[in-house]
Amino acid sequence: MASRQRGATDPAGDREILSAGDVARTVARMAHQIIEKTALDAPSAPDVVLMGIPSRGAPLARRLAAKIAEFSGRTVHEGTLDITLYRDDLRRGPTRPLEATKLPEGGIDDKLVVLVDDVLFSGRTIRSALDALRDHGRPRAVQLAVLVDRGHRELPIRADYVGKNLPTSKTEDVVVMLEEFDGRDGVVLK
Amino acid sequence: MKPLLLKGVRPYGEGEPQDILIRDGVIAEGTDENAEVVEGNGAVLLPGFVDLHTHLREPGREDTETIETGSKAAALGGYTAVFAMANTDPVADNAVIVEHVARRGQEVGLVDVHPVGAVTVGLKGEKLAELGTMANSKARVRVFSDDGHCVHDPLIMRRALEYSKSLNAVIAQHAEEPRLTVGAQAHEGENASRLGLQGWPAAAEESIVARDCILAKQVGARLHVCHVSTTGTADVLKWAKARGTEVSAEVTPHHLVLTDDRLATYDPVNKVNPPLRTQADVDALRQALADGTIDCVATDHAPHAVQDKDCEWSAARPGMLGLQTALGIVVETMVKTGLLDWRGVARVMSEKPAEIAGLTDQGRPIAVGEPANLVLVDPDASWTVNGAQLASIAGNTPFEGMELPAAVTATILRGRVTAVAGRIAE
Amino acid sequence: MKHLLSTDGLDRDQAIAILDTADRLKQALLGREVRKLPTLRGRTVITMFYENSTRTRVSFEIAGKWMSADVINVSSSGSSVSKGESLRDTALTLQAAGADCVIVRHPASGAAHRLAGWLKHTNTSVVNAGDGMHEHPTQALLDAATLRDRLGSLDGRRVAIVGDVLHSRVARSNVHLLTTLGAEVTLVAPPTLLPTGVENWPVTVSHEIDSQLASQDAVMLLRVQAERMTGGFFPSSREYSIAYGLNERRLKLLPEHAVVLHPGPMLRGMEIASVVADSPQAAITEQVRNGVHVRMAVLYHLLAHEEENA
Repeated sequence: MASRQRGATDPAGDREILSAGDVARTVARMAHQIIEKTALDAPSAPDVVLMGIPSRGAPLARRLAAKIAEFSGRTVHEGTLDITLYRDDLRRGPTRPLEATKLPEGGIDDKLVVLVDDVLFSGRTIRSALDALRDHGRPRAVQLAVLVDRGHRELPIRADYVGKNLPTSKTEDVVVMLEEFDGRDGVVLK
Repeated sequence: MKPLLLKGVRPYGEGEPQDILIRDGVIAEGTDENAEVVEGNGAVLLPGFVDLHTHLREPGREDTETIETGSKAAALGGYTAVFAMANTDPVADNAVIVEHVARRGQEVGLVDVHPVGAVTVGLKGEKLAELGTMANSKARVRVFSDDGHCVHDPLIMRRALEYSKSLNAVIAQHAEEPRLTVGAQAHEGENASRLGLQGWPAAAEESIVARDCILAKQVGARLHVCHVSTTGTADVLKWAKARGTEVSAEVTPHHLVLTDDRLATYDPVNKVNPPLRTQADVDALRQALADGTIDCVATDHAPHAVQDKDCEWSAARPGMLGLQTALGIVVETMVKTGLLDWRGVARVMSEKPAEIAGLTDQGRPIAVGEPANLVLVDPDASWTVNGAQLASIAGNTPFEGMELPAAVTATILRGRVTAVAGRIAE
Repeated sequence: MKHLLSTDGLDRDQAIAILDTADRLKQALLGREVRKLPTLRGRTVITMFYENSTRTRVSFEIAGKWMSADVINVSSSGSSVSKGESLRDTALTLQAAGADCVIVRHPASGAAHRLAGWLKHTNTSVVNAGDGMHEHPTQALLDAATLRDRLGSLDGRRVAIVGDVLHSRVARSNVHLLTTLGAEVTLVAPPTLLPTGVENWPVTVSHEIDSQLASQDAVMLLRVQAERMTGGFFPSSREYSIAYGLNERRLKLLPEHAVVLHPGPMLRGMEIASVVADSPQAAITEQVRNGVHVRMAVLYHLLAHEEENA
């Protein structure tokens, strides 16, 4: 599936940014970074939980949790956090279906919560996620992990873990594909 | 008064166009060069229509209709006589009120306004009103009705029928068994059931009509049944007539065309009593009118103020305008379907109602020496109903936006033109 | 969706979308300290109750408040409603005052439809919170939510609705919604309490309850209103209770998984025995809980999207 050369442009004008293999390697690297930065493998390791933002942040969080467990031997609980009800642009489109919210085992109070999403763009989703988190409890600290940072921030928000920094123009579309939804992994710029 | 010459008209829509001269309010022979001319252009000439069932709302609800505006609507609709129902405020249950209504009608002078007297005091169904005094008053009341309410007490109804015999009058019954229609809002059928509207069962009408036919036969009196709305009532009438009961009956234009499918919007413009029934009833009523089981068409013209209609269904008053749309509906439902010819229209809209009410100068043949109460109808015209443009103060027509066939070109009351080309004559 | 006036005409996708949203909302609120979502901040929701119903009004009020809407209650006593102002004028006044949504309970069937008609050229949504004998769509939705919780999908499930179907807006809304969701509905009532033309409804009708119970996945009991007892619809409350009341013996005729629903308020000992109401099969308090989530979902679907320009 990942046989195409990276950066190649297909006839529809789509450019592949990450192949399936790249996605797997990137997730693994991010897992290492999370272990390192949070000192998860230290004896006094903090309680880390991952919260994926649906839809594609959720499986990414699951994959990161699995990798972290594999690399560090530590189990980190993960959950999902739907931010639809916290969006500031609900009245700008048709009714959006709600996604699942599932707090990680043990909750989020006094935990180090790592929010996980596929693409970081304007930052509004993350702002909404911070609002939503506040209603669910009081984490000790919140960090952010994204597979792709495509720039164009509209709020003072930055990611702690970035899989791929990808300069884009505003008119371009970054599409993250994941096995769970799309039948294959990959990142494409349209 | 100048003579009137109707040029190129076809009496009963039959034969070649001819000229009809009217002199001194009577159909005359020959022609007259000084006559005022009404161009017929081949229009159908019929005896002026007679409405046995009109609510003119005066006195009491002059914000919705007055004798003047109602008379205009009648003239524009082709009517030369109307019977004004007794459920005014105060109720027309005494000589003072009926004489007032008759006098106002004469003053306006566009249509003969005959007051209907109440059968019981205050329409309460408890005590007979002074029928004789009203009959002998200047209003010469010959039709009595508690319309809007049923004379439900069988003993009171029997006495009214018996008593009316000596007055040469007829009792017109609003047939609605009150216990069967407590809280009733709409025809008891699938539509009302789905929409949660309390049902008005056909049996509530049919049982009263059956009872009253039996009573009328027993005491040898005349009975008139208002606004027949069900197949069953037509069956009962057929049976009663077959056994020699002196019973007559009317059907409204709206019951000839509208059904309870209209309920779906909950728009009370469609609320009426008796309620709109089913298509099967509509078909049966048309047939009964065609075969004479139902004698005539009566409008049950019922003006209502906006606030009494533009509200929730159960709070709305029942009733709809009818005087100006009756002809169009009758042509649409009876003539175009081949159920009646123009002689038939003359029968159900003029001759029969005049006969039922005992009028001697209305519903007469179109012949020399007869009173010139006439209506000229353009059978090929069509028009679109616009409630705001009707002559009534109220605008509650269920036919809003509908295109109706045939138009009144002129209405003539005792030789005088009251309406012409959709306008009241000056 | 601009209004919710009835379940008649609500298609399967719309109904399931509302129920799914209600599930998500329930999940989103689970175990939280702050049971408040910012979703409808700045939106004004007005409840207009022309009939007393504390349970429904409070449920809507909580739903609106948990979504951060400003909820204002207009009750029929002490307001212009009791001073003879027409429903139309009241509605137009509330709309002009800035209502984004009017939730109406009214004794007249069709009142909510009329309101929607009067507000046609505005952005104000109307929710029918019960109109006469017509419909009570949010009750049917909360019943369906409760049945889904207990039974999973409603496809092919059998639900008996027992009691005064004739006068019941809850029954009408449930017949439409349950059949839309694929359930098979049986109406159980004496002939006096069944609507005209029920034989053409997409339901089975029975005048007898015992033989029906073994095959049902749920039984929904309707309240018998006091005025019916004197209206000659059945000889006595005792006879009704014997013939149609869900007692302990009948509870045992139901399959073990079957759910017992009641829209409340219950007449214990009349249509439902106390021991049944308090049995594990009864889902009556779940119905109330789901009521809030379903009404939140309805407000979400009506208010949290792009305004269609009227």
